[in-house]
Amino acid sequence: MTDVAATALEPEAGPRLTAEERWRALRTVSRGDVIYRSVLTILALLLPLLLVLIAAELVVNAMPALSKFGLGFLTRSTWDPVQGEFGALPLIFGTLYSSLVALVIAVPLALACAVFLTEFAPRWLRTPVGTLIELLAAVPSVIYGLWGIFVLIPLLRDHLWPVARHVLRWIPVFGGVFYGPSVLAAGVILSIMILPYIAAVSREVLLAVPPSQREAGLALGGTRWETVWRVILPYGRAGIIGAVILGLGRALGETMAVTMVIGNRHEVSASLLQPGYTIAAAIANEFAEAVSDVHLSALFLAGAVLFLITIVVNALARVLVWRVARGSAVGSTAV
Amino acid sequence: MHSRIIGLLAVAAGTAVLAGRASGQETMRLNGAGATFPQPIYMKWVLEYHNLHPNVEVNYQGIGSGGGIRQFTDHTVDFGASDGPMTDAQIQAVNGNVYHLPTVLGSVVPTYNIPGVTAQLKFTGDVLAGIWLGQITKWNDSRLTALNPGVSLPDQDIVVAHRSDGSGTTYIFTDYLSKVSSDWAQRVGKGTAVNWPVGLGGQGNPGVANIVKQTPGAIGYVELIYAIQNQIGYGLVQNAAGRYVQASLAATTNAAAGAVAHLDPNTDFRISITNAEGADVYPIASFTWLLVPKEMTDMTKARALLEFVWWAVHDGERYTTDLSYAPLPPRVVQLEEQRLKSITVNGQAVLPRDYRGR
Repeated sequence: MTDVAATALEPEAGPRLTAEERWRALRTVSRGDVIYRSVLTILALLLPLLLVLIAAELVVNAMPALSKFGLGFLTRSTWDPVQGEFGALPLIFGTLYSSLVALVIAVPLALACAVFLTEFAPRWLRTPVGTLIELLAAVPSVIYGLWGIFVLIPLLRDHLWPVARHVLRWIPVFGGVFYGPSVLAAGVILSIMILPYIAAVSREVLLAVPPSQREAGLALGGTRWETVWRVILPYGRAGIIGAVILGLGRALGETMAVTMVIGNRHEVSASLLQPGYTIAAAIANEFAEAVSDVHLSALFLAGAVLFLITIVVNALARVLVWRVARGSAVGSTAV
Repeated sequence: MHSRIIGLLAVAAGTAVLAGRASGQETMRLNGAGATFPQPIYMKWVLEYHNLHPNVEVNYQGIGSGGGIRQFTDHTVDFGASDGPMTDAQIQAVNGNVYHLPTVLGSVVPTYNIPGVTAQLKFTGDVLAGIWLGQITKWNDSRLTALNPGVSLPDQDIVVAHRSDGSGTTYIFTDYLSKVSSDWAQRVGKGTAVNWPVGLGGQGNPGVANIVKQTPGAIGYVELIYAIQNQIGYGLVQNAAGRYVQASLAATTNAAAGAVAHLDPNTDFRISITNAEGADVYPIASFTWLLVPKEMTDMTKARALLEFVWWAVHDGERYTTDLSYAPLPPRVVQLEEQRLKSITVNGQAVLPRDYRGR
C-alpha cells in the first residue's frame, strides 16, 4: 500500500496522467477511508466552532455593558460595583504591563539557556538541565503564587529593594513606596512561569539549525560566540519569535499566581513597585459574587477584551514571523 | 446464563421496589446554591438532616451570593442563599416572591500588624472609615493615639488591605462603615465589592490575613470565624453605646438581639444589624440569609423544604458554636416561625398552624 502510494506520488514513476488516475482510484476505493475522513473533518471543524461559540457567548453577555459604557470602557479607570460604573483601563494596562515585565526578564534568560544547552554545554549536562527547565512548566500556578507571597515578596521588599533603591529610585518606573504586592512581583513570577516554554521551544529551534550553517560560520573564522550571535540565532529568529509569543500568550492569561501577588488594585501606575490588576485576575476574583447584572456584564466585556488582546497579539506575531521568516528557514512554522 | 442474570436483576429490582414501598416515601431532592460564608454549617445541617430523614437529600453549592441570587431568580434552585440581602430591583425581578430567612450570624474584625506593638488596639467606626478612606495614613496619627493612650504607636505608614474577591465579609464591613461615616457612605457605599479608595486586595480571608501578616504596618479585616480558627489577634471596636467590645460569638448574637428587639412582626428580615444598640453588642455583624419563595408550586417539595429550614433554625442551631458561627437569638427564630407558616402553595399554607417540627 505504501509502496504503491509512494510510486504513485513520484512524478518520475510514469506518465503523469496514469499517476493521477491511480491516485484517484486509491482515494475512492475504501469506504473506511470515507468514514475516517469525515470523522476527522467533523473533529477538525468542531474546534474552530468551539472558538466561535466562546466568542459569541462572550459578546452576547457583554452586550449590556458594551451598550452602556461603549468604547469608554477601554479608557476609563473607575471600577465601582456599587454605582455600577465600570472602566477597564487599569485592567488592560496591568495585563499588558505585567506581561511585558515578564518578557523583559524571561526572554534573555530563556535564550541564554537555549544557547548554552545547544552550543556550549557538555553533552552529559544537556538532557538533565533541559529536563529540569521544562519541569518548571509542570509546577501548578497556585504554588508559584504561594512561593511569591512567602519567598519572593519578602525577598524583594526586605532584601533587594533596600539595596537597589539607592540606584533605582530616580527612575520613574521605580517610584513610590514599595509594600510588596506589585506589578514587579507579578512580572517576576510570570517570567519564571513562561521561561520553560520559551527556553524549550527555542532549544528545539536552535537544534534544528543545520550543522552546515554552524560549520560555515566557524570556517569563515568566526569565534563560537560570533557564530551563535551572527549565524545561528538569526537563522532561527522566526522560530524564536514564535517561542516568545507562546510565552506571552501564557503570561496574558495567567490568573491564580498573578492575583496572589499583584495587589489587585484598579489603578494605572507606571511604577513597577505599585499594585496593579489584570483582566484574568479580576474576572476570577469578582465573577462569583457579582450581584448586579451590569457588574457581571462588565466582567464578560473585560473577558472579551482579553480575548481580543490575545487574538491581536497572535496576529501581530504571525505577521512578524512571516516578515522575519524571509531569509531564515528554521522554525517559521513553529507558531 | 443470560436468563440467570436477568432473573437476578429482576429479583434485585423487585426488592428495591419493595424497599421503596416499605419506607413509604420517595427520595426528595432539594437544591440550593449561594453564599460561601455559611457553607460549612449548611453542609453540616444537610448531613445531620439526612441522617434523621434519609429520604430527604439537600444539595447545597457554595457558588457565592451573587450566583445564589441569580440562580434563585432563574428558578434553577429550590432555595438560594446570600450574605447580602437582595435589592428592591432584584426582588421586583422575582415579582416579590421571596422571603429572606436568617440562618446564622457572622461578624468582621479588624486585624493588624504593627512591629513592636502587642497591645489590643481600640478603634472607633470613624477611625476605621478614616483608615480605609486613606485619610489616616500613619499609625501615630493623633486620632489613633487618642483612642489608645499608653500604647506607643510608631511613625509608620498604614498599609490597608481589603478583599479583592466579591464577598459577604466585605458587605458587612462596608455596611458598617456606611453607617458610621457619612463620608464613606457618599464616596464608597456598601456592597460585596466596592471601589476601594486605597489599599491592596487579597483573595479570600487567607489572602487578606496574609497581606497583614507579611506586611509591617498593615491593617485588614477578616471574618471573626477565620480569626478565631487561625488564632489571629484583632482589635476592639466601639459600639453604638460607646463601649469598646471584643468580638465574640455571644457579642455577635447580641447584635441581632439588639437590632430585632423592636422589629415589626412583618419584617422581611432584610435588616442591617451593624452598629446595633445595646451595651454588649459587637457592631460589625450581619445575618446571612436563605432565599425561599413565598408562594411555591409543588406541595410535597415545599413541605420538605420548609421542614428542613424549620429544623435548621431550631435543632440545627446547636451546631453553630462548634463551627464558630453565632446562633440566632430566640426572638428571630420566633419571628421566623411565623414567616415559615405563612408560605403557601396555591394559596394553601404549607405548614399546619400548630406545626412544631417533625
